[in-house]
Amino acid sequence: MSDAPAVVKCLVWDLDNTLWQGTLLEDGEVVLPPEIHRLIVELDDRGILQSVASKNDHDHAWQRLTALGVADYFVLPQIGWHAKSQSVKEIADQLNFALSAIAFIDDQPAERAEVAYHHPEVRCYDAAEVLALAGRPEFSPAVTSDARRRREMYQAGFRRTAERESFSGPDEEFLRSLELVMEIKRADENDLTRVEELTLRTSQMNATGVHYSDADLRALLADPAHEVLTVTLTDRLGPHGAVGVLLLNCHERVWHLKLLATSCRVVSFGAGSVLLNWLIDAAARAGVHVAADFRQTDRNRMMEIAYRFAGFTGDTCDCLAVLPAGGDRAGIEFRHLVAEARPAPTTMRVIAPRLGR
Amino acid sequence: MTETVEKELTAYLAERTGCEPAADQDLFASGVISSMFALQLVVHLEDEYDVEIIGPDLARENFSSVRAMSAMVQRLRADGAGGPGV
Repeated sequence: MSDAPAVVKCLVWDLDNTLWQGTLLEDGEVVLPPEIHRLIVELDDRGILQSVASKNDHDHAWQRLTALGVADYFVLPQIGWHAKSQSVKEIADQLNFALSAIAFIDDQPAERAEVAYHHPEVRCYDAAEVLALAGRPEFSPAVTSDARRRREMYQAGFRRTAERESFSGPDEEFLRSLELVMEIKRADENDLTRVEELTLRTSQMNATGVHYSDADLRALLADPAHEVLTVTLTDRLGPHGAVGVLLLNCHERVWHLKLLATSCRVVSFGAGSVLLNWLIDAAARAGVHVAADFRQTDRNRMMEIAYRFAGFTGDTCDCLAVLPAGGDRAGIEFRHLVAEARPAPTTMRVIAPRLGR
Repeated sequence: MTETVEKELTAYLAERTGCEPAADQDLFASGVISSMFALQLVVHLEDEYDVEIIGPDLARENFSSVRAMSAMVQRLRADGAGGPGV
């Protein structure tokens, strides 16, 4: 499975004679063509982030973007007098994207050449091609339920980072100040794309590294013995979107946790251990043990620690006899736990369905 | 040796979390350790004291206080020094 490097995750715009018609410092007045405005909105809907790399006076240009009604669409704008290659790199670094996921559009061949010289991975486009961008495959990602909110999620993330940096108390107090709400719900057909994507993208926080395809997941939704649960997280600064997935096979004496994957975006909020504690508490109410699949990979050590710190061990138990074993499990081990009641988390509110009977 | 490790760990926790724990204070109960910080702590102990903390040693009890961590680190160092090829 290729991880589709072809898709552009952030488009960086030049302003003068690219985004708008005219040169701000010379003409004073500039015009945003309605078809460019529509393109900005369209790319935003597709979940492609947009930023700005422009040689202008920052406050002046930003005021103009605001007056044109499009400023909110741009994250991490780089408006100043430094080289555009540096601006593009800064944007990629702050978003934690590879340069190959960044595109740059500018009417000046010299600016495109400067960016391409320093960062050959960045895809550069001539402003003359701008209206064709929406039709290009690299600007046509599979649109998930989170896509339309992706920019909002990143913007909330930047506000969170800024608050965290200015916060000097213990971590837990900061988390409490965010008023986090975790919602766990049974997945429906509409959630499957995002669930599949999470199983692909969460290598650090995926307990087995197993990928479940859309078809696999669809079959499990229809199976009454399986629970497919999705997890979303929200706080007072905005949504985090879908951040986790659990796949559970409920047997009489034991709940078999076949998959737990959480997005690395929410690791620092303790989302993994909150989820595990919620599950353990639900299992205690149902009077069952929990057995989690775990396969060590070179990237999921955080998951091993999350299981161990939650009280899971590698010890064996009679209850494991009903679970699949041997051949096709390819190095997957059980982490087992006798469930007992757990206190509710102190850092977030959890809304969840009642599992089991 | 015990005192040195405990002192270093107390200083590390104070710097990272903004509060200085007593050596036997339960860090999980008092909210000093979040799950993210737990991972950073494991890695810090491994790097700082040249030990490997794996499998059953990752149990929460071994990280519950400065004293417990210090005891684990010293046990692992003693094991390591006695073993071949370390």
